[in-house]
Amino acid sequence: MEKVRILKRFEPKRENLISLLHALQRSNAENYLKEEDLKLAANYLSLPFSYVLSVATFYSMFSLKPRGKYVIRICESPPCQLVGAESIVDTVKEFLGINVGETTADGLFTLELSSCLGVCGVAPAMMINEEVYGNLTPEKVRSVLNDLRRGK
Amino acid sequence: MRLARSHVLISIDIESVASGAWEVLRRLKQEIDNQGLSEEVRVLETGTLGVSGRGVVLVVYPERVYYGNVRPEDCPRIVEEHLLKGRPVRELMIPEELIRPVSRDLLGPMREQKRVVLENSGVIDPEKIEEYIARNGYAALEKALSLTPEEVIAEIKKSGLRGRGGAGFPTGIKWESARKASGQEKFIICNADEGEPGTFKDRLILEGDPHKLIEGILIAGYAVGAKKGYLYIRGEYALSLHRMRKAIEDARKLGLLGENILGSSFSFDLEVKEGAGAYVCGEETALMDSLEGKRGNPRIKPPYPTVVGLFGMPTVINNVETLANIPPIIYKGADWFRSLGTESCPGTKVFTILGEVNFPGLVEVEMGTTLFEIIFGYGGGIKGGKKFKAALVGGAAGVFLPESLLGVRMDFDNLKQYKAVLGSGAILVASEEASLPKMLHSVLQFFRHESCGQCSPCRAGTKELYRISTRLLEGRGKVEDLDAMIKLSESLWYSSLCPLGQSLIMPVKSVLENFREEFLPLVQ
Repeated sequence: MEKVRILKRFEPKRENLISLLHALQRSNAENYLKEEDLKLAANYLSLPFSYVLSVATFYSMFSLKPRGKYVIRICESPPCQLVGAESIVDTVKEFLGINVGETTADGLFTLELSSCLGVCGVAPAMMINEEVYGNLTPEKVRSVLNDLRRGK
Repeated sequence: MRLARSHVLISIDIESVASGAWEVLRRLKQEIDNQGLSEEVRVLETGTLGVSGRGVVLVVYPERVYYGNVRPEDCPRIVEEHLLKGRPVRELMIPEELIRPVSRDLLGPMREQKRVVLENSGVIDPEKIEEYIARNGYAALEKALSLTPEEVIAEIKKSGLRGRGGAGFPTGIKWESARKASGQEKFIICNADEGEPGTFKDRLILEGDPHKLIEGILIAGYAVGAKKGYLYIRGEYALSLHRMRKAIEDARKLGLLGENILGSSFSFDLEVKEGAGAYVCGEETALMDSLEGKRGNPRIKPPYPTVVGLFGMPTVINNVETLANIPPIIYKGADWFRSLGTESCPGTKVFTILGEVNFPGLVEVEMGTTLFEIIFGYGGGIKGGKKFKAALVGGAAGVFLPESLLGVRMDFDNLKQYKAVLGSGAILVASEEASLPKMLHSVLQFFRHESCGQCSPCRAGTKELYRISTRLLEGRGKVEDLDAMIKLSESLWYSSLCPLGQSLIMPVKSVLENFREEFLPLVQ
């Protein structure tokens, strides 16, 4: 089983829990941690399930809900706010017809807000999965989302 | 190997990649090939070229011509005109005054940048260890290994280096304390969980000069008596994670990490750990809990990490910029380092200048440079000729400074006199048109989201401050709310467990005291 192979990449020590959760989350097409993943991790590291759950819910990069193929994280910290992040959030909401924390019906996009992404030189900015997009304008955001939708 | 006549450096960092650097690189190489120049012109990928907010940036040597906002379709012109015919394409060039280090003549009394920690960033290919070595890389490690650990610590103490993570604690004293502490094992942690809003200085070191950081960590390990180091990088920094992992692998291959480094009795290994999105993990004790596979909850201090740290062992935890200062100090000596900066805060500091300035980006300047020089000299003043209103200095956990304080010298001690902090070195500039109540709201939203929830004052207090601020913005506030916010943030300062809750007082109090008139219309 593929999940077992992921576990075996790590020594069964508690200090590897976060790396393990990252790896398990990445292995799921829907970008989230399933209950069975948490149980696997708990079992493998000999930790209580409640402990693993408490760690998984602490960090904002982990999700316990299925997410879209593309996870959009728009920065809402002061440097982006000062130069118009709000209008970027509104544009995405309107374009995709979803609110923050929701996923589109076609399972393509999830919209999240994020604290500073550390790319303030190109504020306002967002990340889609591991890719950074900067100097955003409503037009640019629409064109990026359109491209992704068309599978470019 | 043939020597190339020209070198084109292309900045491959998050910013430029976001602006399409890979496509430009592909097209550039293709055009050079088309013109039959591949033997004469070499294209090198490098970290950031130190120019921010200008899309894909190229620099052509030996002329040192910078091009900004380069699009793939500009490549044929650059190749044909500049590289083939020797005529730089003027329209695409970045004006001289935008290129850092800033030319002295253009800025009159303004200082040039003194690059120490960023000396190689944008100059070498960060993925090639040979290029770092060619610029005296790992020579400081060799020198350190010829000294006793105590002598290394003495040199760092003599240099007066203070932690660049924000608190400004003397690095040599921290190392000495861990060296003297007893424990079966000792650890070095490099804190690369850079999350302070407006800050990306550490990212540029991680992406642009990873080996300098490894060398700094190695020297720290030798001085303290540690055999193992952890590099904790925030999960959002995908490129940093990639570059550091590659650099560690390359260093290991050359015997710079592992057993008996450089033939000495010193052995050390370094492991990268990926964060998962929690600002509080930038706090050193929360970071250690996170490294141990727990929720990132801060611990009560004392005991300090140098005595009881990671896995209960003596641990030195230093910021990326601090550790990047170590190799130059050991290599060039403490006296050289002290010739930079101020008496109590020697050396340089990397600042990020953001918001409504003409040239957002970063500068590395000597400690003690005035805020005015940074904003108006290096930052090029306020966009659109507008008037300056305020600068939020030090990140979200920073202080709103008014125009009357533009003359303040930027170092740990000077800022303290104005109840301000250097923090992460982020400077967010607001013009006369910016709304400070909205900026404060954004700061409070940040803290509300990032409070870890362990201690009640911070958990409840950040929520309540955000609630009051929302009420103000919606026009439902009362004049008493303003003082209530100050009072609440004061109680957070007294009662919170870690600096996250304690530091809210700085933005809240400074904006409400220095710019009260901005808030009054909201409560009338």
